Amino acid sequence: MTTRITVDPITRIEGHLRIDVEVDDGKVSKAWSSGQMWRDIEKILIGRDPREAWTYTQRFCGVCTTVHAITSVRAVENALDLEIPVNAQLIRNIIQTAHAIQDHMVHFYHLSAVDWVDVVSALDADPVATAKLAESLSDWPLNGPHEMKAVQERLKTFVGSGQLGPFASGYWGHPAMKLTPEVNLLAVAHYLQALDVQNNANKIVAILGGKSPHIQNVAVGGVSNSIGFDAPSVLNLERLMLIKGFIDKLEQFIKSTYLVDVPAVGTFYLDWAGIGGGVNNYLSVPDCPQDPKGTVFDLPGGYIADGDINRLKPITTFGDAYFRDGVAESSKHSWYTGGEPLHPWVGETEPEYTDFQDEGKYSWVKAPTFYGKRAEVGPLADVLVGVASGHAGYTKYLDQAMTTLKTVSGNPDIPLTAVNSTIGRHAARAVRCAVMIDTLKNQWQKLVDNIGTGDLDTFNAPVFPKGEIKGVGFHQAPRGTLSHWVVIEDGKIKNYQAVVPSTWNAGPRDADGQIGPYESSLLDNPVADPEKPLEVLRTVHSFDPCIACAIHMVDTEQKEIVKVKAL
Amino acid sequence: MAETDNGKILVIGMGNVLMQDEGIGVRAVEELEQRYHIPDGVEVVDGGTTGMELFEPMRGASSLIIADAVNTGAPYGSLVRIANEEIPAFFQTKLSNHQLGVSDLLALLALKGETPEQVTIVGMVPHSLENRLGLTPEAEAGLEGLVQMVVDELASLGVQLQPRDRAGDGHWKREAEYEAAAGLSG
Repeated sequence: MTTRITVDPITRIEGHLRIDVEVDDGKVSKAWSSGQMWRDIEKILIGRDPREAWTYTQRFCGVCTTVHAITSVRAVENALDLEIPVNAQLIRNIIQTAHAIQDHMVHFYHLSAVDWVDVVSALDADPVATAKLAESLSDWPLNGPHEMKAVQERLKTFVGSGQLGPFASGYWGHPAMKLTPEVNLLAVAHYLQALDVQNNANKIVAILGGKSPHIQNVAVGGVSNSIGFDAPSVLNLERLMLIKGFIDKLEQFIKSTYLVDVPAVGTFYLDWAGIGGGVNNYLSVPDCPQDPKGTVFDLPGGYIADGDINRLKPITTFGDAYFRDGVAESSKHSWYTGGEPLHPWVGETEPEYTDFQDEGKYSWVKAPTFYGKRAEVGPLADVLVGVASGHAGYTKYLDQAMTTLKTVSGNPDIPLTAVNSTIGRHAARAVRCAVMIDTLKNQWQKLVDNIGTGDLDTFNAPVFPKGEIKGVGFHQAPRGTLSHWVVIEDGKIKNYQAVVPSTWNAGPRDADGQIGPYESSLLDNPVADPEKPLEVLRTVHSFDPCIACAIHMVDTEQKEIVKVKAL
Repeated sequence: MAETDNGKILVIGMGNVLMQDEGIGVRAVEELEQRYHIPDGVEVVDGGTTGMELFEPMRGASSLIIADAVNTGAPYGSLVRIANEEIPAFFQTKLSNHQLGVSDLLALLALKGETPEQVTIVGMVPHSLENRLGLTPEAEAGLEGLVQMVVDELASLGVQLQPRDRAGDGHWKREAEYEAAAGLSG
């Protein structure tokens, strides 16, 4: 018997994503990923000043504000072929890596952990045994028995109050929940501690960005920060040392907690290393530019086909022709006119709503392709491209995570290909977070050193020519490859398209009928109880879905629903 | 102006300014800052549609005032005030577009045992949520009232705002005026 399940919405944060699956004999046989809101927010930019575009794009999404700001100015700078001062690159790099760290921590501990952690079960844990377990895994100072006891008491009060809040959508007692009460309690303790720690990243962004949550310091041509060692209102040594203090706090938590918790939890869910594999093509763009033009990067980029890390095609510069010419978006299965794939510079968004048609149009998200193929973006892609490029950090931390997993599970034969899985995406995100903290430290040191040479430049003024110019800006964002595509005519924006990470991953079938990464990853997922499709949530959540910018508009009537029907 | 006896007061404007009346909360706090001196002890934040970034400012607040677009079924432009124990029910019926962010943050504060003593939502019923900056006439009229509601809330907490000699124009107001002048529809 085939059962059809609809989960709508599937995200815990902004956005409207609907997932439909057909389940045969307890496994997913077909899947559809559908964005439920019309997206045309870029149209608001047409006719406006390209120097102001970033203040708008920063408002595309409530989760990735800085990400869209920085990518926008990169697109305009690319159109102008404008170099920017090294200090500006480094300041932007520090902001974006700090943001990425916060985003990854919040995703694991606050948005997706409840898919794996039975919060209510933590009430049955022995706090002393929990502390003993925690202290055997890590030297994190807040793992002691008093801490665990206090967390359990707090949780008891909270659950007793009947307001489950962020835990309300969890499937407590579901047969797919496998952690012991002690591991559940440990996870809840780190959930609460991560709330405190993540704010150190916000403080870094706020100091450099001038304001939080919307930064003010970005400009086409660089940044508006002034650097000096005497005046109090500028970026001075005192502020740089303050930033260093926040970096140190983040590093301690990431390395002694996040990087330990993911393999520790993963050990209980090893079966999920064989579930949730995606399209197995991976796209990642280089980031953290070190030179004014964007030809030298601390984070590598490239494309991997068929999961073969020995055949990496590198992406090496801003505006790289291999990347620029490979991207297209198809609307054949999306609620827009047309169907043939279009390059983003000539992208169109004319709506053509048809209702949800399994074989026809069923999503407001378009289907992006890279040279005609579907590609997964995000930490898993970044890690694999990093390892394929021989990046020291990605190689080291992936190796460390795999070693921990093999040791704790007692299974020395777990292959690297296991990362192409639901649990593998979480591991990859933890690995990337560790790389990000090292990169952040590195960018900070380079900024201090560069200022030390007497270079205080932060801005090169842009000049807009008559006639038409085009640019692409990209960023290795927390959810993956983000690109903004701009066409400028006589100094005004003529067309603007953002191809966002969740479009790559959440897109529907393309012009050739190829399924997207979410859809591919859901095939063969087990579903123990169609009324509670926790397994579907686990796999989709592993991508860190956030389609607030993949799609826009708001529907106040949306409620969390699971519809089940037998076909 | 001295700090109040109650500790820090946080005023957050929520909403998406790119979606017309949806951004009324952000436009209200922008106006507030342009028209009044904001004293020590009061922090005004343009929250946009963000979530977790607002957690830390909220933690330190003894009183929290949120300006937002809310849909109660009342006529467009109607002003609404919801406070303290009314708020969980408000979120249960999902009247605000940013409920996930703010309600989750309030729940996290409860979990941490750090709920502000006073939480008030002041809102306006939006008319149109098209992709443009310019407010509808109903919202433009309601904006005045919404700013006054924030001023009144602060007064009830013991803070009398002092008007600036000359009110300036904030970024989004200027951009909206440019949009109208240049005939951009968004």
